[in-house]
Amino acid sequence: MAAVRIPPTLRAEVGGARELDADGTTVAEVIDDLVERYPPLAAQLLQDGDLAPFVNVYVGGEDVRTRDGLETEVREGDQLILLPAMAGGS
Amino acid sequence: MATYRELLAQVKSEIDEISTIEAQERLDSSDGSLFVDVREPDEWDEGHIPGAIYTGRGRLEQRIEGLVPDKSRPLVVYCSAGNRSAFAAKVLEDLGYVNVANLGGGFSDWKRNGFEITMPRVLTPDQRTRYSRHLLIPEVGEEGQQRLLDARVLLIGAGGLGSPASLYLAAAGVGTLGIVDADVVDESNLQRQIVHSTDRLGEPKVASAKRTLEALNPDVRVIPFQERLTSENVDRILAEGWSVIVDGADNFPTRYLVNDASVWSGIPVVHGSIFRFEGQVTVFSPGAGPCYRCLFPQPPPPELAPSCAEGGVLGVLPGIIGSIQANETLKLILDRGDSLAGRLLLFDALGTTLDEVTVRRSPDCPVCGDSPTITEYVDYVEFCNAPVHL
Repeated sequence: MAAVRIPPTLRAEVGGARELDADGTTVAEVIDDLVERYPPLAAQLLQDGDLAPFVNVYVGGEDVRTRDGLETEVREGDQLILLPAMAGGS
Repeated sequence: MATYRELLAQVKSEIDEISTIEAQERLDSSDGSLFVDVREPDEWDEGHIPGAIYTGRGRLEQRIEGLVPDKSRPLVVYCSAGNRSAFAAKVLEDLGYVNVANLGGGFSDWKRNGFEITMPRVLTPDQRTRYSRHLLIPEVGEEGQQRLLDARVLLIGAGGLGSPASLYLAAAGVGTLGIVDADVVDESNLQRQIVHSTDRLGEPKVASAKRTLEALNPDVRVIPFQERLTSENVDRILAEGWSVIVDGADNFPTRYLVNDASVWSGIPVVHGSIFRFEGQVTVFSPGAGPCYRCLFPQPPPPELAPSCAEGGVLGVLPGIIGSIQANETLKLILDRGDSLAGRLLLFDALGTTLDEVTVRRSPDCPVCGDSPTITEYVDYVEFCNAPVHL
């Protein structure tokens, strides 16, 4: 079980939640669990079977692309952060 | 009870003393010796030993541990003739400094020998008052304040982030602020863009910001660029020479343009972005850390990246994120502390939480990587496939 932080731009797809618990021992499994419950997330997180290039995923504060990508291990109690870029400044 | 003469003789017998010739040799050899000037402020203003730090005798005990945390560092203490500094040297030894020497003959003898002196630039009495809270901080002090006054910071956007950032930078005495913004002040801006006000509606934001900032601090000169930053004008604007760029733009094309231009010009960017209740802030230091493209190689499709104009933003949020940007900017100018380079702070105003994630330079980055594939400006609107709002 991991806690997943949902960015504001994806909250409409998950009923407004800021954080969700999800099961899985890898990033792929955690995302699959989320997508099963909230199918519209798929298009916003995944592309061609991999992480979409415009979304960063952090486990333990580290970008999973600098680790094992979707296969990065998720331990019990880890926090996942989903982070798309935001451009707003004004 | 000892007389002054007796006390001085006793103190001098307990401390090490070096001649001005020996001191000059130490300065020349760059052996790490730090010269500490303990005279009165007006004496310091009339010239001092190159590289010396200043702390008046009166506040020496209070300030020295902040100025020189390393108690093994060799110190050469001096005053005008070597008497006041003898007492200072004794006190430094009492505080645990193990390698302290008094400069016999003092600064007068130094000058008599014709050795080099530095004439400090001095703050005016008004500036001493205005910046007194900075001058009291060892990490800023008079030298740091001069750095701030000499600094040139370019703000991209005079909106939500640019408002608090520019106000605090101006208040801090950052001498030159360039501001790029094509917009005019709109009523819907005033819920958060605190550099503007109701009587400025319809006025160009750069003009409004200039009035506010120069009224706040007459030491500050604001250079307005009433235009949208583009591939065509970015080199002209950057050519004016900037120490730091504060990125408070509100669209992806400008973000990527600012990034590419800053990497190629070697100017650090203090980056902030906001949406609804959440803010992101970091520092991109070309050559020393990751760039924006390392963090976000691609912008999200437009439907996943609503702007504040479309999605809204809590008014105070840019105040918090823009103030962190001002803080990072001041640290970069002062060369103090640990910057946010390599770290992205995520602020959530609803939970009042601050998270931090690591940002690494990507060897594959198309702009700052090992084999860059983007080496000149691209069509940023097309690259981001997004309408431009700024």
